[in-house]
Amino acid sequence: MILVVPIVVITLMYFMFQNVPHRPGTPTGFNTACLILLGLFPLFVMFIITAITMQRERASGTLERILTTPLRRLDLLAAYGTAFSVAAAAQATVACGVAFLVLGFDTAGSPVWVFLIAIVNAVLGVGLGLLCSAFARTEFQAVQFIPLVMVPQLILAGIIVPRAVMPEWLQWISNVMPASYALEALQQVGAHAELTATAIRDIVVVIGCAIIALCLAAATLRRRTP
Amino acid sequence: MMTSSSDELLRRGVEPVISIDHLRVVRGKRPAIHDLSVQIARGTITGLLGPSGCGKTTLMRSIVGTQIVTAGAVTVLGRPAGSAQLRRRVGYMPQDPTIYDDLRIVDNVRYFASLYGMDASAADAAIDAVGLQDHRSAYSGNLSGGQRTRVSLACALVCHPDLLVLDEPTVGLDPVLRADLWQQFDALARAGTTLVVSSHVMDEADHCGDLLLMREGHLVAHTTPTQLREDTGCRSLEEAFLSVIRRSIERQAG
Repeated sequence: MILVVPIVVITLMYFMFQNVPHRPGTPTGFNTACLILLGLFPLFVMFIITAITMQRERASGTLERILTTPLRRLDLLAAYGTAFSVAAAAQATVACGVAFLVLGFDTAGSPVWVFLIAIVNAVLGVGLGLLCSAFARTEFQAVQFIPLVMVPQLILAGIIVPRAVMPEWLQWISNVMPASYALEALQQVGAHAELTATAIRDIVVVIGCAIIALCLAAATLRRRTP
Repeated sequence: MMTSSSDELLRRGVEPVISIDHLRVVRGKRPAIHDLSVQIARGTITGLLGPSGCGKTTLMRSIVGTQIVTAGAVTVLGRPAGSAQLRRRVGYMPQDPTIYDDLRIVDNVRYFASLYGMDASAADAAIDAVGLQDHRSAYSGNLSGGQRTRVSLACALVCHPDLLVLDEPTVGLDPVLRADLWQQFDALARAGTTLVVSSHVMDEADHCGDLLLMREGHLVAHTTPTQLREDTGCRSLEEAFLSVIRRSIERQAG
């Protein structure tokens, strides 16, 4: 599922944009959309998967039990982070491969950067997912964090309406959402051959947010509960 | 075979493995344990008995160190319960079989083995001990209730702990297997492991050296099976237990 779904969606989009006319000299609609998808899909998917897995772990009592063993909390988070990042890396490899090689997707910058940003986004997704799982009592509630946490982030990041034309108060909200930086970094890579300073700053911001989310998640892992 | 009682050993000057001093636990708004003090000696099997909701699980969680306590002290193997140094020495089996349904039996036990820093051979030994060697590669989600309990038990046995805290380990098991497990518990106790076992099947109480009878968060009696029979004049432990509970209700009312 993790490997195949992104390819299916990208291919769908390829055919969706097939007959859409575009002005010469500007990137095709497919190119813009595919870039967003490659970069943000890992964030979205890893958030869902980790939030639900960790919620199950909390609800079933396995979390309480493994916390009675010598396991350190940071080890647990690191294990979760690496396991899901490896899954995300596999997903990004396959998705980027299909997009670049088969579907004629192209970026001005190196595909390696698209791949790297996708992984960083996946780690951010894992961090946010682990954190949100603490606030969900059931798996059902965990799923409801998607419209609450993920959807506003993605819309305000500038997927539908560019950030510059949003009202100022929405821009402010957008400024404090990590997904905005993830998307900006992707667009920079898409438009410029060299890695720009903005892109580097954005990637650093996303990594910072991922680390903060993981640390907050660590704080929600309690060995003692009421 | 019955192991010795705590009282006997403690009088002989054996260090207590568990020492609980005026423990009070409030869960939500209701007090779950009121002012409970008890000492348990090394190498004993202590049966924790009482009606459901009387605080057995809360007491066990306090001993393991996963319960936030309101007042009092729980000392395990000379350290405050839940200390980092104790995590390798205390095995805990929660009431619900907390295992991963999407893993095979052997992977579940190996996972816990690795958390305790043990190798795969320790996991195999634990699986043998609970009699699941023929099912070791079965997925845990497909197992019966009793088999899941045994997988969960194997996950606690795998670390060869000094103290084993087992919350209703024999629920849903057939009599043959139950007798088998109690034999193993006896063997573990003779080898120096201390066991705290909760149960609501009274005929199992005879396997325990010590009995802690609880009701509504109070320790009603700390006794031995023989003593309990003598005190109440009942032959079966079931009746003896009921008479102790009734007496404690009367005392409360009067």
